[in-house]
Amino acid sequence: MATKASRSAARLMISPAVVLLLGWMLVPLSLTIYFSFLRYNLITPGANPFAGWDNYYWFLTDPSFKAAMANTLLLVGGVLLITVVGGILFALLLDQPMWGQGIIRIMAIAPFFVMPTVSGLVWKNMFMNPVNGIFGHIAQGLGLQPLDFFSQIPLLSIILIVSWQWLPFATLILLTALQSLDQEQLEASEMDGAGSFSRFLFIMLPHMARAITVVILIQTIFLLSIFAEILVTTNGGPGVSTTNLTYLIYVSSLLQFDVGMGSAGGVIAIILANIVAIFLMRMIGKNLDA
Amino acid sequence: MGHIQLKGVEKCFGDVMVIPPLDLEIEDGEFVVFVGPSGCGKSTLLRLIAGLEDVTEGTVEIDGHDATELPPAKRGLAMVFQSYALYPHMSVRRNIAFPMKMARIPQEEQERRISEAARVLNLTDYLDRRPGQLSGGQRQRVAIGRAIVREPAAFLFDEPLSNLDAALRVGMRLEISELHKRLATTMIYVTHDQVEAMTMADKIVVLQAGVIEQVGSPLELYRAPQNLFVAGFIGSPKMNFVDGTEAAKHNAHTIGIRPEHIDVSAESGEWTGIVGVSEHLGSDTYFRVSVDGFAEPLTVRAGGEVDLHYGDTIHLTPNLDQLHRFDAAATRLA
Repeated sequence: MATKASRSAARLMISPAVVLLLGWMLVPLSLTIYFSFLRYNLITPGANPFAGWDNYYWFLTDPSFKAAMANTLLLVGGVLLITVVGGILFALLLDQPMWGQGIIRIMAIAPFFVMPTVSGLVWKNMFMNPVNGIFGHIAQGLGLQPLDFFSQIPLLSIILIVSWQWLPFATLILLTALQSLDQEQLEASEMDGAGSFSRFLFIMLPHMARAITVVILIQTIFLLSIFAEILVTTNGGPGVSTTNLTYLIYVSSLLQFDVGMGSAGGVIAIILANIVAIFLMRMIGKNLDA
Repeated sequence: MGHIQLKGVEKCFGDVMVIPPLDLEIEDGEFVVFVGPSGCGKSTLLRLIAGLEDVTEGTVEIDGHDATELPPAKRGLAMVFQSYALYPHMSVRRNIAFPMKMARIPQEEQERRISEAARVLNLTDYLDRRPGQLSGGQRQRVAIGRAIVREPAAFLFDEPLSNLDAALRVGMRLEISELHKRLATTMIYVTHDQVEAMTMADKIVVLQAGVIEQVGSPLELYRAPQNLFVAGFIGSPKMNFVDGTEAAKHNAHTIGIRPEHIDVSAESGEWTGIVGVSEHLGSDTYFRVSVDGFAEPLTVRAGGEVDLHYGDTIHLTPNLDQLHRFDAAATRLA
């Protein structure tokens, strides 16, 4: 890509892809913004008059909006905490030389390949169900009252399910980072008198910092839009205790048939996601340069 | 203090014996070089002394105490690695401070030792940089600095110069020798480069396939190599070996003669040969000379200004005092 000719040829050749991607993004985005300013409800077909900021006003002042925001943050934060800490521990474990390493690593990654709806249903019916679930059976076997996960700790249950799905991703990325650590550095620190905890704290953890940043950034983007797990397990309930922003938008536009309100929610979600992204980039993005 | 003694040390990786039982004594304050071709077990031997590998059999004694079971940190040794193994996320200062931090040495003492090491190694201006911002030679010095501040009983160097370019290597060689003279601490240095071994060592240990072939001062090894391997390994360019009838004349199976111990003459000499390829180094010229009846061409040193060309016929006379004789088992004959 050195000469002027090759640069313009390169631009010409990538332009179809860029135009396609741009269209793919811009058309739905502008439609969403357009709808968000209309009084557009599928129950009352006919005229869709311009509504100004009404949709935004009603969406933001809806009491369930505040709850949804808190739930979204708790969900993202909780899953990040569990997957990053758990991922580091699993990566340390899988990095140890052991018999059947290859198979164990593939098995550890397996949950990532299970579809969100399927894992949601499996967890709901086979693990967390107080009557049929394994946890219920264990509790009964110990003579305890089985826990009804989805009515007693609904949000935590969702966090656990989502964490189970994302833990392998974090483990995989962090394991790769750990394996790229120069063995001589570890040996040097051993000679320097660092015990295993100091080695982890001063050598391994700083080495993994960049990978941890990547895990946090990528997961945040996906975790903000968690939907399937909530739909198949709690339907956002009980009440609004597991309704996150994505689910609230679904409720307004597809259960209350209010396309205008849903679109307004969508635009708000886009803005919030961008704020989070900028915030994260500022806070930990400097790790990516070094 | 840095007296290290290996008694019957043996190392196996699985079924493969890398180092057969071996005894070695390293005196306090000595500069010992382990030298040998790659895969001869010299690095493994160093790692056994460091404690980074477990010995399969035998004992490692440091200053008279059995250190075989001690973890590396407790042995009081410091190691400089081939890749330097600096901690990339720490500044030079924190890299050098790391072993002291682990040993919980008071802050003022740490500062004192860091500035002392930085002064000795010319690192004062670089203390706040990261290793990634330093050149190869500077990184090398940081690695040495990190070793010095621990005030170890002995320094272990694992091929520390092999990642540097040729000019820098000569400079660092001198710096390390300087350092040894100044600190008078035991140093064990592993290299595959016999020039490094010859120039730096008080004592050279030549290894092949985990076996010590010979131990001695550089000049002892140069003057009286105990076998063909040492004779061929020490000295540059390498010694010429001649088998067959010519060797039989000297009552030996093989005779060895170094390039610098052959006299060249245009008129007469013991051997007659044709000049082949030559290497002009300015101060010296090395010729490859095909001698009638010898299987291999000889390497011969002549002065820098000798007027000899490809295809010329010349006469060679070996310096008989400097002739090395070996028997069929490749061992030196007195």
